Amino acid sequence: MPTLVSHPDEVKVISRRFGTGAADIEKYIEQDGYKAAQMALENGPEWILNTMKASGLRGRGGAGFPTGMKWSFVPKESAKPKYVLVNGDESEPGTCKDHVIFLHDPHAVIEGTMIAGLAIGAKMGFIYLRGEYRYLLNIVEKAVADAYAKGFLGKNIFGKEGVDFDIITQTGAGAYEVGEESALMESLEGKRGVPRIKPPFPAVVGLYGGPTVINNAETIAAAPHILLMGGEAYAKLGSERNGGTRLFGISGHVERPGVYELPMGYSMRKAIYDVAGGIKGGKKLKAVVPGGASCPVLRADEIDVGLDFDQMAKAGTMLGSGGIVVLDETVSIVEFALRTIRFYQHESCGWCIPCREGTDWIKKTLTRFHAGGGNKKDIDNIQYLAENMMGRTFCPLGDAAAMPTLGFVKKFRKEFEEYLEGARVEHPLIQIQPVGEPELAGAH
Amino acid sequence: MSAIAESIFTPELAARFDKLVTIYPLKRSALVPMLLYAQDEIGYVSDAAVAEIAQRLDLLELDVRNVLSYYSMLRTVPAGKYNVQVCTNISCMLRGGFELLQHCKDTLHIGHKGVTPDGLFSLEEVECIGACCWAPAVQVNYDFHEDLTPAKMDAVLDIYRAKAKTNGGEAK
Repeated sequence: MPTLVSHPDEVKVISRRFGTGAADIEKYIEQDGYKAAQMALENGPEWILNTMKASGLRGRGGAGFPTGMKWSFVPKESAKPKYVLVNGDESEPGTCKDHVIFLHDPHAVIEGTMIAGLAIGAKMGFIYLRGEYRYLLNIVEKAVADAYAKGFLGKNIFGKEGVDFDIITQTGAGAYEVGEESALMESLEGKRGVPRIKPPFPAVVGLYGGPTVINNAETIAAAPHILLMGGEAYAKLGSERNGGTRLFGISGHVERPGVYELPMGYSMRKAIYDVAGGIKGGKKLKAVVPGGASCPVLRADEIDVGLDFDQMAKAGTMLGSGGIVVLDETVSIVEFALRTIRFYQHESCGWCIPCREGTDWIKKTLTRFHAGGGNKKDIDNIQYLAENMMGRTFCPLGDAAAMPTLGFVKKFRKEFEEYLEGARVEHPLIQIQPVGEPELAGAH
Repeated sequence: MSAIAESIFTPELAARFDKLVTIYPLKRSALVPMLLYAQDEIGYVSDAAVAEIAQRLDLLELDVRNVLSYYSMLRTVPAGKYNVQVCTNISCMLRGGFELLQHCKDTLHIGHKGVTPDGLFSLEEVECIGACCWAPAVQVNYDFHEDLTPAKMDAVLDIYRAKAKTNGGEAK
């Protein structure tokens, strides 16, 4: 069971019910539960959209797209049914925030789904959890059943004639790629999780061809809180154009790893040194992967930056999914880069050639490099391959593999060069063997 | 009474599948969950399971296999009764994931995707399982075990050994 952590600098909005037993519907109702959905029902779609826009909430899955705007893109009239889709396929290495939401506050996700549904005029929502989260799926399924029993879901929700809303929970079965919105829709339609080309965007043609709002679970879970406290009040908690708070998962070499809710724009240095207790064992900081594995690395001298989408973009990286991975001075960047690309190579769905071939060649080159068979040209070659993947694939997985790779070879080029000269810091135990090769060959 | 005359699944699972195919706007949406739930019951997705699921969803077996081969949790060969999945992705790697994997290989005397001769354990090196802040983490079937060390890992394995004994001796 994940341990709950706490720090005085936290601003608890989404996490305010964590640890209070709010997975139980009665406990949830005691703490303003399902009030926001009833407010949404009374005040109508226009009010919901305006409140969400005023909140400045931006997508917590990584792209940071304004949520209110996303919802307003869904056409009012549609021949096909509209859907709300909650993306709980949390798979970005370094990210475990949705895990905590599903565990401690599943009703917030359900209520948020209803609110999104009321905003766009959908009658059905799906909550998609990654296959590994089976115990969390059980928790969410019970919460959904409890909400049905109370009359909050189903026909005539909250006793209001003619307003129906159903929620279906769905499990994945292991695929990072399914976290991408169009691939998730494919998976939910019972197919291989390969991405669709855009446009058309999901707001126009989404699940089963109907207009669809798809949001990260944390984004959805924020919606009830925003309606309760008001859009402006929520916006004020964060920094300019980055409303509110978000859950940051701080992991790696820190004294107190955990999921903390901090205001948008909070200092990354303080997040690492104060909130998470500093570098483990009093060692020195080497680098930070700031928002999940796909975000370009920051050096130790680059962490005086605010944790919001715009400030991180200015610093040449991304806020991503809020998973801050901290590396101390003992980490070999060559090895870390190899582990990162090995992941993307394994998870590339193979649909787009630049991603399929690019991740594979970078992994092969880095594997040889790491094993001691590298040369200087390899470093340039890795950079060349990564640059040629950028922006050339249907979905962002190609970029997600290329960006961190470019970060490592550009910012730590010297370390790659020193590695060639034998100044190695590799861990003797770690012989990185590609997942899925060759032992896996017989398994499928 | 199941929609399929002679289901290979237990009556409970067959009834669950009967319902599952009715809840979606398109019944094919039930495919991925059905494959996973079938695997939970049988231990892997057998040829018979593929055939029945295809029949339930009005799909070709080929369609089912096409989807089956995509998802990393689905397997077509049996694993151990307790499938030990060690995460070595970045957050776990930084806190000893690889050492933990090596420890499991040494104590279980099997490698990646191996199964112990008694069928009790299988071992798998997996990608991020979403427990980064409690690393290093391991999943045994669906149960998470977090903040592990080799010594704590031994204790975890012992829990499952004891469980197997109380569940009627030998693992199947």
